[in-house]
Amino acid sequence: MTSLIRIIPCLDVDQGRVVKGVNFQNLKDAGDPVELAKNYAQNGADEITFLDISASRNDRKTMIEVIEKTADQVFVPLTVGGGVRSVSDVDTLLRAGADKVSVNTSALSNPSLINEIAAKFGSQVLVISIDAKRTNSEYAKSGFEITTHGGTKSAEVDAISWIKEAVDRGVGEILLNSMDRDGTKDGFDLELIELARQEVNVPIIASGGAGKLSDFAPAVKAGANALLAASIFHFAEISILEVKNQLRAEGIKTRL
Amino acid sequence: MATKKISILDYGSGNLRSAQKAFQQLGVSAEITSDYEDSLNSDGFVLPGVGAFGSCMSGINAVRGNEIVDKRLAGNRKVLGICVGMQVMFEKGFENENVSPGLGQWPGSVELLEAQIVPHMGWNYLEVNPETQIFKGLEDQSFYFVHSYAAKELEMNTHEKFLKPIVHYATHGEKFVASVENGPLTATQFHPEKSGDAGLQLLKNWVATL
Repeated sequence: MTSLIRIIPCLDVDQGRVVKGVNFQNLKDAGDPVELAKNYAQNGADEITFLDISASRNDRKTMIEVIEKTADQVFVPLTVGGGVRSVSDVDTLLRAGADKVSVNTSALSNPSLINEIAAKFGSQVLVISIDAKRTNSEYAKSGFEITTHGGTKSAEVDAISWIKEAVDRGVGEILLNSMDRDGTKDGFDLELIELARQEVNVPIIASGGAGKLSDFAPAVKAGANALLAASIFHFAEISILEVKNQLRAEGIKTRL
Repeated sequence: MATKKISILDYGSGNLRSAQKAFQQLGVSAEITSDYEDSLNSDGFVLPGVGAFGSCMSGINAVRGNEIVDKRLAGNRKVLGICVGMQVMFEKGFENENVSPGLGQWPGSVELLEAQIVPHMGWNYLEVNPETQIFKGLEDQSFYFVHSYAAKELEMNTHEKFLKPIVHYATHGEKFVASVENGPLTATQFHPEKSGDAGLQLLKNWVATL
């Protein structure tokens, strides 16, 4: 027995509201991240991820309130990402009730931030979020590069080398997002997952491309320990419990 | 049950809010405090902990958490250790090349888990010892773990008239101690406050023993 494969819904939050439409019945307020997180937790989510896409400082304060309210009512792990630039940002999020914090671009420009966060709070709180994209560029030997700004800019860094470096510096988990598959519903990028799995021994959350029930099991077989999706869950195209049933039918163990 | 008071020791470690809110959800009063007297006087004392063994021990000792645990256990007053709060109950913890002394309530050490994927992060089942009180009705449930280190065994050669600890194991790569019930001292390597309804029920079962 080892830990069960996790299914994680991701909510993009701006100014305290969930963006990218959410289409749930029986919800008083489908734009309220607290209501949604609660609903997901009741319906099989093994963790919840919030991505804070607010731009201003004031909106960040709103995000803290959202985290507090969620942590008060939702008793599954909560990961928060977006705009984390310092050890003190991490401290603020953990105190508000986040269990894990994900860092992205800020760690790329300041890799020692990873060491600092891991030393202060432990690796288990730190997730590195990777926006990887296929490329033929010379600097990306693995065939995958790191992108920023929603996949529109290249950081000119090999994705797999960066993942390895991040783990060496102390991250406890990888959120591996395929920018090629993001929003396509063509399934997870299995090659990307396999390459990352060969290099590191921390848990990998696969993200980007989930479109149908049969997309999930191959990602687990490629080496993912958790699977993250947004729109297919939000639009109730597929439920988390349906995903779990499908995984179990393929011999993969899940909770519930 | 609503009259019971829980204290959660604040020594600068991680997210304590979730533990407090989980107890409050059960209708139990729970305060986060580093006050020595409050920690001794509460009906149930929770020792949380995330991060490194050594830095947790420094934090615990700085607020006299070692004395609080000793005194409470000597007086048969309930203590619940969660995650690293469980690990520090053992004699020592190994981390990289460092060895840190623990609170030493139980013999043995805490070492790196030998598994393909570390940290052990996610939901897992336990082999529940049938003598349990806290897992009653929860024998088939999974709980949320986040850790890289663990105690691999708990062997206590106590006097034959002493209570033997009830040990529950789980497996990630190898078998490890996932929870212990030992008279007034209870501990879980997993996070009950993050384990959904099963975790809340476990806390309720513990509160019922106070």
